[in-house]
Amino acid sequence: MPAGWATTQVCCDCFPVGSLIVTDSTASRPQHQARRTPLTSMHEQLGATLTEFAGWLMPLRYASETAEHNAVRTAAGLFDLSHMGEIAVTGPGAAAALDYALVSELSAIKPGRAKYTMICAPDGGVLDDLIVYRLAEGDYLVVANAANSAVVVDALAERAAGFEATVTDRTADYALIALQGPRAVSILAPLADIDLGEVRYYAGYPAKVAGRPVLLARTGYTGEDGFELFASPEDAELLWRALSEAGAGDGLIPAGLAARDTLRLEAGMPLYGNELSSGLTPFDAGLGRVVRLDKASDFVGREALAERAGAAAQRQLVGLTLQSRRVPRHGYEVLWDGASCGTVTSGAPSPTLGVPIAMAYVRPEVAGQAAEPGRLAVDVRGRPEPGTLVELPFYRRTA
Amino acid sequence: MTVPAELHYTPEHEWVAISGSTASVGITDHAQRALGDVVFVSVPSVGSRVTAGEPCGEVESTKSVSDLYSPVDGEVAEVNPEIEDDPGLVNSDPYGAGWLFKVRLEEGEGEMPPGLLTAEEYTALTKDEE
Repeated sequence: MPAGWATTQVCCDCFPVGSLIVTDSTASRPQHQARRTPLTSMHEQLGATLTEFAGWLMPLRYASETAEHNAVRTAAGLFDLSHMGEIAVTGPGAAAALDYALVSELSAIKPGRAKYTMICAPDGGVLDDLIVYRLAEGDYLVVANAANSAVVVDALAERAAGFEATVTDRTADYALIALQGPRAVSILAPLADIDLGEVRYYAGYPAKVAGRPVLLARTGYTGEDGFELFASPEDAELLWRALSEAGAGDGLIPAGLAARDTLRLEAGMPLYGNELSSGLTPFDAGLGRVVRLDKASDFVGREALAERAGAAAQRQLVGLTLQSRRVPRHGYEVLWDGASCGTVTSGAPSPTLGVPIAMAYVRPEVAGQAAEPGRLAVDVRGRPEPGTLVELPFYRRTA
Repeated sequence: MTVPAELHYTPEHEWVAISGSTASVGITDHAQRALGDVVFVSVPSVGSRVTAGEPCGEVESTKSVSDLYSPVDGEVAEVNPEIEDDPGLVNSDPYGAGWLFKVRLEEGEGEMPPGLLTAEEYTALTKDEE
């Protein structure tokens, strides 16, 4: 923010509360010791507003985060996600090690496919949410949130100790570019050496794009069709340029972290630090489906999660839309008949819906109420703003 | 980044245009760039008193909420009727259609309210921040 501009409340839902962009008046020039991705220079050339996130210098927006969001919904957007953590788990015991370390059944994934999962603490608290790609029988790639990368590497290494498996932090070996939107397939197809029609949702396998080897995955964090390309850092700029040129006639524009956050919020996807934390279990977030209590192997957190699965829920994650333009933000109180009933986890103006939206944890009795008008509100900096409970996700793609 | 020479400015990134005994107020190009897409502006109500250097409203964008300060003392004479339905005017035309409110000054006509910066001084200030 500009110096001398006192912010009453700054909420960067993509970021942990209190990060530099919030409090530091030099946020327009983040710390120079922040890590640059293989594409940071590209973003600078494109005139992006850079921000520091989890120790990385990332593009927050290029021109308008709303235009970037809308482009992903109607055409396509190009994202640099090279800050994410990539951890290789390899060896004959890799599958067994991951079945023990994580809550899902990773041994059941076929090579060439991926799974959304979580790593929990012994008490069932979530340490991170992950996407795990099985590249071969004994070769997995675990993708972690940038802010939790170190914690996940350490936890995996510790948990894999009893297995014939090696855990290697390979974050520096990868650049990650995401192409997301209804035109992603038509933009990527001429550049790819495989038939994209064969790449199903949550598949991921080696391919060539613009002649360069990548792990091509049909995954994403936007609620649109799209791809994530894990590439060598040396190929990042070439791939970015090739995709940009290929998509120029189709409305493809670069998109930053601000748009990434509003897109995932509309799609009802959780963000670690907001909807997920070490004080919450996957069940709290309505994601009990990732916990395979019936898998044959023991796993870290099994007992606590089994107990939690059988217990009455203490909170439920819900969606809210608000009537005014004032935006509910992380930490704001949710009111039912004027009394506090929960807390907002994430909130933002929704470009697609045209109203502010939020996710919140509320008491289960409130979540179960019919959408009666006039009873629900969010305390937005001292003023209760009327809202409505809605089913998640806020947005589902039609194609 | 534009800083029109004929306007005055504050360190809180407002611009002021004085015409007779009326001051028009908005936020600068520098501020709208830093904020990102503006989604809501809370302006002081017509007839209310504003005090120079004191917050009198809020500017809310996708990622942040910031105080809006009054650069001058006086009574609010007018607010921009377009801003409620089209807050993006602050981004697209911060010095024109994105004006926020007008104040009837207490100073006599021709007297400059104290504490305002020239375009040069404001430009220097924002350069220091970079």
